[in-house]
Amino acid sequence: MNKLFLTASAASIAVALSAGASFAQSRDTIQIAGSSTVLPFASIVAEEFGNAFPDFKTPVVGSGGSSGGLRQFCGGVGENTIDIANSSRRIRPAEVEACNAAGVNKILEVQIGYDGIVFATSANQGDFQLQPVHVFKAIAAQVPVDGELVNNTYKNWNEIDPSLPDQAINVAIPASNHGTREVFEEKVLHAGCEEAGMPELDKEALQKACTSLRQDVVVEIAGDYTETLARLQSNPATVGVFGLSFYDQNRDTLKVASVSGVTPSLETIASGEYPVSRPLYFYVKGEHIGTVPGIEEYVEFFLSDQMAGVGGTLEGAGLIPAPAEETAEVLAEFKEGKAIAVADVQ
Amino acid sequence: MADVISPQPSRETDRSAERLKRIRDGLSSRHAREKRFRAYGLAAIGAALAFVAILFVMILSKGLPAFTQATMTLDVFFDPAIIKVEPKPVPQQGQSPAEFRRATLDWERQVTMVNWNRVVETAIKNAAPDMEVDTRQALSIVETNERFLLRDRFVADPGLLGKTIPVDMLGSANADNWLKGNIDRSLPDAQQQLSAPARALADKLLEEGKMRFAFASHIFTNVDSRSAPASAGLAGAFVGSLYMMLVVIVLAVPIGVASAVYLEEFAPKNRLTDLIEVNINNLAAVPSIVFGLLGAAVFINYFRLPLSAPLVGGLVLTLMTLPTIIIATRSALRAVPPSLRQAALGLGASRTQTVFHHVLPVTFPGILTATIIGVAQALGETAPLLLIGMNAFVAAVPATPLDQSTALPVQIYLWQGNENRNFFEARTSAAIIVLLGLMITLNAIAIFLRTRLERRS
Repeated sequence: MNKLFLTASAASIAVALSAGASFAQSRDTIQIAGSSTVLPFASIVAEEFGNAFPDFKTPVVGSGGSSGGLRQFCGGVGENTIDIANSSRRIRPAEVEACNAAGVNKILEVQIGYDGIVFATSANQGDFQLQPVHVFKAIAAQVPVDGELVNNTYKNWNEIDPSLPDQAINVAIPASNHGTREVFEEKVLHAGCEEAGMPELDKEALQKACTSLRQDVVVEIAGDYTETLARLQSNPATVGVFGLSFYDQNRDTLKVASVSGVTPSLETIASGEYPVSRPLYFYVKGEHIGTVPGIEEYVEFFLSDQMAGVGGTLEGAGLIPAPAEETAEVLAEFKEGKAIAVADVQ
Repeated sequence: MADVISPQPSRETDRSAERLKRIRDGLSSRHAREKRFRAYGLAAIGAALAFVAILFVMILSKGLPAFTQATMTLDVFFDPAIIKVEPKPVPQQGQSPAEFRRATLDWERQVTMVNWNRVVETAIKNAAPDMEVDTRQALSIVETNERFLLRDRFVADPGLLGKTIPVDMLGSANADNWLKGNIDRSLPDAQQQLSAPARALADKLLEEGKMRFAFASHIFTNVDSRSAPASAGLAGAFVGSLYMMLVVIVLAVPIGVASAVYLEEFAPKNRLTDLIEVNINNLAAVPSIVFGLLGAAVFINYFRLPLSAPLVGGLVLTLMTLPTIIIATRSALRAVPPSLRQAALGLGASRTQTVFHHVLPVTFPGILTATIIGVAQALGETAPLLLIGMNAFVAAVPATPLDQSTALPVQIYLWQGNENRNFFEARTSAAIIVLLGLMITLNAIAIFLRTRLERRS
């Protein structure tokens, strides 16, 4: 018993240590992380890729938000860093710098298509015909009244505009770890802020006034859209911000609002009529091409007509395809190995 | 009571009678107090049981429907007009294995390029010849990966070309929702996932018995899937959890038991051992997410172990389980009567012999229970795994503990966040049922082994 026990424990510790030390052989599965908006699309492509290419393993797709993914991506080069970062916004100059500092110099940008951001309420609520300025007036901490900034006291939507339903203001928006938040601020808040007729302010104060939100009616959701949906179910008088694809999958419980008179759909977003849309990206670590097998094939497969093209699998899942010429250009630049520099994204 | 009071002189008798009266008077209120306390206890147990019952009823009522799924049996014709491929390569003389593999892969790629959806579509349309549906509508009621399953059948047996065989195909998640009534059937077209002709087609197939609700065994045999949600299963997560539990058992049990034995039987009682003891007790109370952060910093960033690997998950969970095992083993050792040790020492056994021959065998049931409870706790742990990348979407069963994988509780978390709420709400509960089943089994084994071993010793 004595000997057996000691040998067994010594052996198990040795096994564990050697397993760690011997992890030198190269990884043969592509590792992806990042935006939860891109996640469903990337997962579908990963699965189909594994099915279509019997000689490559199915890539592994993690989430963590655009910022989380890019932080992992810029962690360095090597086996235990990810190969591809999904992002629902463009990479920031600071992130490119962080990448370069960690030795990631070949950042290849791939734009995969567009996504629409929609406002939706529970299906049994009133109809919303929103303008960006309505949203701004509803959730900004301070609103301009007679040329002066005063604390926001709107309680119901119809106080902002009589055309809106008589419903208490409650808005669930994505928290700042989501790339969606950036688009929301740019396309809705800033647009509404300009329309609202702000008093003369210096640039910094204006920026602050445009993006400061009142905490009593705004809920920032750090998790995924399921959490936003749960908010809507617990308080039906909430207006939630969702991706078009999520709304599409849950149209039995959600009712979508039009923005600036346009109802979001694949068609209105592809044509650019619907104002709140954004391009989706993923970033490929050039250093890993050739080391981890299948990265080039994965990118080509992703951009192929049967996936990201018009009528492709991803369109069925809610991705709005980019025009064919745009995709061709993206693919050409990827094949050339054109790396992103700080100057490109400023 | 009365016989305790011995006969005394009259003044004494008076006093004792008074005392007796006081006791008798207080008796009813003491009895009432006891009854009240018992009632509180019963109420507490009742409330706890009610909560457990509510939990189980909710999970079972939500999850059980997910174990059956809309499945259709269709006659599939492997149409040579659609499947135009060369014959499957066979090993030829003078061909190296690598060349043969290359040729086979090329052929498989060719087979993949075949429009298998057309084959599926034809089969569906033949099943309901009088329905007017277009390609998109017909394909919307069948799961999207069926085309790959047909391909795999063909790759395995190219002789199917030109034949017609009955094939079981999974209905799509949306068809399943519609047929089970997860989506209100009275909602207008704009709020439905399936188009009106596709819904009519699904209803008709169900009515004619070509579609039925079959036991969804693929929940246990398939891996997670996003492109074909109806075929998503737990196999990958299950194997991932299994690997992690193996790592935990292999590492935590020997290390934990050895530390406990040393600390309890050999270590000198001084400030240092006191400090170690306090720290171990503190470690047991550290929130699990902290171990996740530690694991990410040490195992991934410093030791450069791979992301999302069950090995790393197992190491992190080992750290978390160690204090539990050490504390439980130490209390089991402490419960051994000192007379046993003294007898062994008195008969000339060395201290090591005393511990291994006499003390440890007695504590074996206790150590075993501690281990199984520690492992069960580790099995259900989610938070630390999120930080080491185990919440990734992995569509393969891990072959080794170094391959990427998820774990059962993480799979529950991932399904809970899936966009297709109508379908995955039930799936999430089904996964919870599987996890709870595993936990209950583990705990039952612990109780069974303990009673058995205790009776023997």
